[in-house]
Amino acid sequence: MSEPVIRATDLVKSYGGVRAVDGLSFEVSRGESFGLLGPNGAGKSTTMRMLGGVSRRSGGRLEILGLDPDEQGPRVRAHLGVVPQQDNLDEELPVRENLVVYGRYFGLPHSYLRPKADQLLEFAQLTEKASALVSELSGGMKRRLTIARSLVSDPRILLLDEPTTGLDPQARHALWDRLFRLKEQGVTLVLTTHYMDEAEQLCDRLVVVDHGRIMAEGSPAELIRRWSTREVLELRFGSGRNAAAAERLGGIGSRLEVLPDRVLVYSDDGERDLEEISRRGLRPVTSLVRRSSLEDVFLRLTGRSLVD
Amino acid sequence: MTERPAAPAHGGRGGAVDLSALRPPFGPEEAARRAEARGALYFAEHQLRRLRSYAGTVLGVGVGTPVLYLLAMGIGLAGLVDDAAGPGLGVPYLHFVAPALLVSAAMMAGAEENSYTVMAGFKWQRLYLAARATPLSAGQLAAGHTLAASARYLLTSGVYYGVLLLFGAVPQPATGWLLVPLGVLAGNAFGLPVMAFAARLTEDRGEFALLQRLVVVPLFLFSGTFFPLSALPAALQWLGWVSPLWHATQLGRVLAYGLAEPAWLTVLHVACLAALAVTGWLLARRAYARRLDA
Repeated sequence: MSEPVIRATDLVKSYGGVRAVDGLSFEVSRGESFGLLGPNGAGKSTTMRMLGGVSRRSGGRLEILGLDPDEQGPRVRAHLGVVPQQDNLDEELPVRENLVVYGRYFGLPHSYLRPKADQLLEFAQLTEKASALVSELSGGMKRRLTIARSLVSDPRILLLDEPTTGLDPQARHALWDRLFRLKEQGVTLVLTTHYMDEAEQLCDRLVVVDHGRIMAEGSPAELIRRWSTREVLELRFGSGRNAAAAERLGGIGSRLEVLPDRVLVYSDDGERDLEEISRRGLRPVTSLVRRSSLEDVFLRLTGRSLVD
Repeated sequence: MTERPAAPAHGGRGGAVDLSALRPPFGPEEAARRAEARGALYFAEHQLRRLRSYAGTVLGVGVGTPVLYLLAMGIGLAGLVDDAAGPGLGVPYLHFVAPALLVSAAMMAGAEENSYTVMAGFKWQRLYLAARATPLSAGQLAAGHTLAASARYLLTSGVYYGVLLLFGAVPQPATGWLLVPLGVLAGNAFGLPVMAFAARLTEDRGEFALLQRLVVVPLFLFSGTFFPLSALPAALQWLGWVSPLWHATQLGRVLAYGLAEPAWLTVLHVACLAALAVTGWLLARRAYARRLDA
């Protein structure tokens, strides 16, 4: 593994007495795609803002390309492309000019920015919207433009804070495709998300964060192996009967979870366990065997109760 | 049939674009150096591009407003005043009111450019947050905003001065042209404290409308704009002395028609305007840094 481009050690951020980030340590290697996964309020965005050199940390150490963002903010930021959680495009300027003015912030000359803006518009599939005002774009188009804007300085590190939140499935898949291409071109991606499928699609490695702390770390496959089983058997016995049925499932699977509407059996062989269940005379209304996903890991680590 | 790898499901046209085919002429280290040296200009450039999209309106208002005021005050009202006051003012009413109108317009531009625009930068459009993620610093955003606003005052005052000349409202053009830089100073003397105030507001609960009604309009009416301060009851004259607009107006009269006043008073006018602008700037820069460097 090459020298890490980002190295965070015991990173802390407090607001008042509250520790939004409470001792995070992680490293990101060059060219890696690294995800911060966690529920709302877990401290993901706060971490991203510290990585991006726009928020001072309260404690710990942080190095981006060997530089401390609290001391060398402008130099650190010159290396980064940033996609914020909320779009902050200039709604009063045309699409193309949004790219040019942002590139000017990096001191880039118009002779470079003119062709670069056209190239990025094509990359973001916005060529036809080049002279439209940003206020006329759909949510997905704005998001693609924000990503295109973050690339205008040709950064080798891209920070993406919930890049696809609020988008429809088509727009999400189009964005994933763009991001995957960047990864192929050697760009280091750091992204936050609470979409498990997004993390599975894009991240080589991720950390699950909750209450400002790291709950688990690894590749999506490793996390599933470590924190879940290969398959999950979902059984519905009808409301009110799940708990009673679950009492008769002893010894099946490696773990049981009883929810109000269904029973989850974490299993290495769902079909075999389903046969065993019917041998015991249990007749679920519906049953489903599926592969275990990051979502199972996530819910196990961060709980099922609502955070907001 | 030959086996072909499946096309990426959502490749689309942009899929073929190789972004590495077009690289910047210099790397991030040089970008950081350039931004450090000229960041405020880069941000001002962005603001001026925005101005361009409503330049027609600015220019139309810039020409229309002085024409209306000069017709109403400098010609309509002047007929009455000059007949009634006789030589009381020492100069024709048109000459008296013209420099006051120009600096008032600059002050109003200062209020406009530093209230809603600043709020939009922090909150409504979050332009400052976008710029803050680049090598630019909070202080450079404040400076860039002020540079762009100053360009607007320059434009407003320049156009206003041109209209005054057309109306024959400036008897001493040799010093009268200094009304244009005075407009820039007046815009900043009023605008920078407003900017500091706006940068501290997290929400507009009608503060800007109140500013307009309780500060801008009273200043416009009671700063010796339409009548000398001495025409007010003594108990109200302090209003003029604390008003940046009165200082700018009197200074404008010295420049436009050679209003006779003690030299120390002229110096005081300049000092008051400069002190307001500098204090406003220091407070505004600190407010920007506090809000953006959290």
